[in-house]
Amino acid sequence: MTKYIAKIGLEMHCEMSETKSKVFSSAKNEYSEIPNSNVRPLDMGFPGTLPVVNKEAVRLSLMASLILNCRQPEYMYFERKNYYYPDMPKNYQITQNPPEDCVGMDGYVDVERNDGSIFRVGIDNIHLEEDAASLDHFYSTSNIDYNRAGVPLLELVTQPDLHSAEEAVLFLEHMRSVYQYAGISEADSKKGQIRCDVNVSIMDASLDENDPNNWGIKVEVKNVNSFGGVRDAINYEIKRQTEAKENGTYDQEIEQETRRWDEDSQATIHMRSKVDAIDYKYFVEPNIPKIKLDKKWLDEIRESIPELAMDRKKKYINDFNLSNYDAGVLVKEKAISDYFEECVKVGIDSKIASNWVTVNIVGELNKEGITINDFYLTPEMLKQIIDGINSGMLSSKQAKEVFSKSLEEKKEPKNYISKDNAQISDEKELTDLIIKILDENPSQIELYKGGRDNLFDYFVGQVMKNTRGKANPVMTKDILHRELDKR
Amino acid sequence: MSYMDKSIEELHELLISGKVTSDELVKESLEKSHEVQEKCNAFVTILDDSKGGEVTDNLLSGIPYGLKDNYSTKDILSTGGSNTLKDYVPFFDATAVIKLNEAGAVKVNKTAMDEFGMGGTGTTGHTGIQKNPWDTTRSCAGSSSGSAAAVAAGVYPFATASDTGDSIRKPAAYCGIVGYKPTYGMISRYGLFPFASSLDTLGVLTRNVRDAAIVIDAMKGKDINDMTSWDSKDIHLLDSLDGKVKGKKICYVKEICDIENYPNATKELKEHLENFHKTLDIAKKLGMKVEEVSVDRTLLNASYSVYRVIHSAEATSNMSNLTGIIFGPRGEGDNYISMMKDHRTKGFSPLIKRRFVIGSYVLQKENQERYFKNAQRVRRLIVDTWKELYNKYDAVLCPVGIGPAKKFEDLDKPLDINTMTLDEHLQVGNFGGFPSITIPDGFVSNLPVGINITGNCYDDENVLNIAYALEGAMEYKNQIAREVKHD
Repeated sequence: MTKYIAKIGLEMHCEMSETKSKVFSSAKNEYSEIPNSNVRPLDMGFPGTLPVVNKEAVRLSLMASLILNCRQPEYMYFERKNYYYPDMPKNYQITQNPPEDCVGMDGYVDVERNDGSIFRVGIDNIHLEEDAASLDHFYSTSNIDYNRAGVPLLELVTQPDLHSAEEAVLFLEHMRSVYQYAGISEADSKKGQIRCDVNVSIMDASLDENDPNNWGIKVEVKNVNSFGGVRDAINYEIKRQTEAKENGTYDQEIEQETRRWDEDSQATIHMRSKVDAIDYKYFVEPNIPKIKLDKKWLDEIRESIPELAMDRKKKYINDFNLSNYDAGVLVKEKAISDYFEECVKVGIDSKIASNWVTVNIVGELNKEGITINDFYLTPEMLKQIIDGINSGMLSSKQAKEVFSKSLEEKKEPKNYISKDNAQISDEKELTDLIIKILDENPSQIELYKGGRDNLFDYFVGQVMKNTRGKANPVMTKDILHRELDKR
Repeated sequence: MSYMDKSIEELHELLISGKVTSDELVKESLEKSHEVQEKCNAFVTILDDSKGGEVTDNLLSGIPYGLKDNYSTKDILSTGGSNTLKDYVPFFDATAVIKLNEAGAVKVNKTAMDEFGMGGTGTTGHTGIQKNPWDTTRSCAGSSSGSAAAVAAGVYPFATASDTGDSIRKPAAYCGIVGYKPTYGMISRYGLFPFASSLDTLGVLTRNVRDAAIVIDAMKGKDINDMTSWDSKDIHLLDSLDGKVKGKKICYVKEICDIENYPNATKELKEHLENFHKTLDIAKKLGMKVEEVSVDRTLLNASYSVYRVIHSAEATSNMSNLTGIIFGPRGEGDNYISMMKDHRTKGFSPLIKRRFVIGSYVLQKENQERYFKNAQRVRRLIVDTWKELYNKYDAVLCPVGIGPAKKFEDLDKPLDINTMTLDEHLQVGNFGGFPSITIPDGFVSNLPVGINITGNCYDDENVLNIAYALEGAMEYKNQIAREVKHD
């Protein structure tokens, strides 16, 4: 790619999962496995139904607009996008129509690369709209689930400022983090909450990138539903377009068109040409009066923006003295960062908490394939273990055992820590005891050496008797073998 | 003894004093419904199972009434006068219906109408044409043709209606009764089948102004389901009717009302305008100041086209939910697109289809600026002109139509360019959302004609009071259609 520069723009659709109801209907905004359970008459386009704007959806969309350094409109209003499709029973979508005023215009966002360097992505606009129903296509039929119809959807449109699939994915990860930290959306692509359209063109690297006349032909790839898909679709398009350049067939093969990403064949496939672009016949939605955006309200929203990942990361490095790497791991997912902060809040030293979360807990989550929300051990419980270490009741090895035991048996760590119940896992303590027991039983050793293997269990029994069952059984066996071999 | 020719207040007195029961009223109203159905074809559904209701302090309690068939009524067929909904039984009531239910009024029929309110002749509904009870060879105008015919024929004291251009106020004139369209948003549109959302207004047909005030007092109110509805709790229409109009300033537009505008005027038009000026003399006698004003003729002449463009655009979008898939008769075809096409091809009358074509055309990207956006701009200019009049005057008065009800055979004649503005200027009331009422003000060719009074937004009390005073000074209050005999 040294001969060419890729210009990539993204349209990122993100369902706002954090409102109670849908954006224009009173149906619940809630992910449900039961199809068509969150539906009101408006969602199915019954005659005489009217949209009512969800104020919380407007508030959260304005928050996103502010975070993205966008300009907010004087009036909030909506437009109708008219098209016939079974996923939209009204046969029009209530949306906003940039470059007409929408919730956010002309912003930017700074994204951090893994090496700590920053790149800036221009935001053309962000707008609020309603999602369509979800369709499942089978051989001869399709199923429609209206649960998703009317769910608030934020569509973010970037400038073509991205230059590689990696940058595109970093941008998407950044935005996912913003949505999660701001409490706008879970932004879970597994639940279909994030969907992307990708625009890719390539241009000669020798030309000035800032002059749009030098840009290549823009190809749009629609409905890419995972970050991996975005990466693959971009790489595929860059390769396809580069090959066309190299083969001298660029002007014939590459046209301004809409393609789609096909997961199965790992290729983009032609959908429609520019000339077939649909005329959506936009006009201002007459059922929703223009809403004047009060400056005071915008200020309130700005002040209520929660601490975002970047802010937390800085705090972890500067105030908690964590490494850049650890801080990065901690803030990657808001739920984990929240867990870590709770650990600090209940009194665990930030460095110790960071170690436990980034190593033991993240390891455990990965092993079990669960999220932190499903993790048994609360920060308070983790503190029981840390306190055990600090008071000298647990060695670090014992602490890890208590951690595992507690998770395994779903019992609070304190059950395994009290002075009496704590397992004896101290190597020296056990060795001393075992030598003493062996010294007291010379005849049994002789019989054991003569072939009575089952006498091994007798020695284990003696150790347990002497420790009232608290000796670490695995260690006991190991040490016994070793000491018996010595005799 | 006949009761259904009485006013709401008279009936309430009779009910309260026990001289008649609600059951008896409902029975008489149903009998009359069948007679008028026979003669005028005024109804889509007659609710023969209707029973009298409880009589309370509410003036409407126990009183029979009719609902235009574009009001969504739970468990009762609601067709909007269209084959596309010929079997549609809603599962929810329009907000206005709920309010009338709460007042205790008893619905006895659903009235026929032009298909989805379009047409204005009472000839395009799916159940056939509505005949004028004064002269069955003539139209009632429309679209509230059934409601107007029924109230004029004495089926009950009131029927609800809707008005997008003049659909309440013109049928009122042609049928010799009162038609009141309050300020836009005073009554919730939730559950009214939409025609053109920015113009649609619910209202009522009665035989006197007090009845109109009583009914709208019951129907109005802010509704959480309609964002364009507003709080009118400080408006008390009935209580405000005191007939004190001395010193009120009213005006009429020279370019509409002066006979000099119409060099080729028919005898009926001359009589109609003379009659209008006689009514103005009555207004003067009542102490009102009457002045002639002049409005830019180009602007007035644009009104009809502006109305056409805006309502066609909104209608084509509003009615795109009518696919026969989720509700309405399912069309035939191999796939949903051909099923939808079949449903819409068979379901809509040619008139509606024409408007859909116009609506789509004016919304197309390449045409939108020239037609739709310009129509909206001219709409604003017209509204501003009227608002300026309201700075000086309490109301603008004008004659309704170019004479009495038109003969069916004359309906197909193209509009006379010279009288078009006179025939089609009541839309101004919808452009601005102005309160507007038609009352009968005399006879031409033995048939009733009407006068319209339109005031500024939220000034409904004033408008109704002027109408009330005029009505009291004339002899057309409470008139029941007396069929004109033909030789």
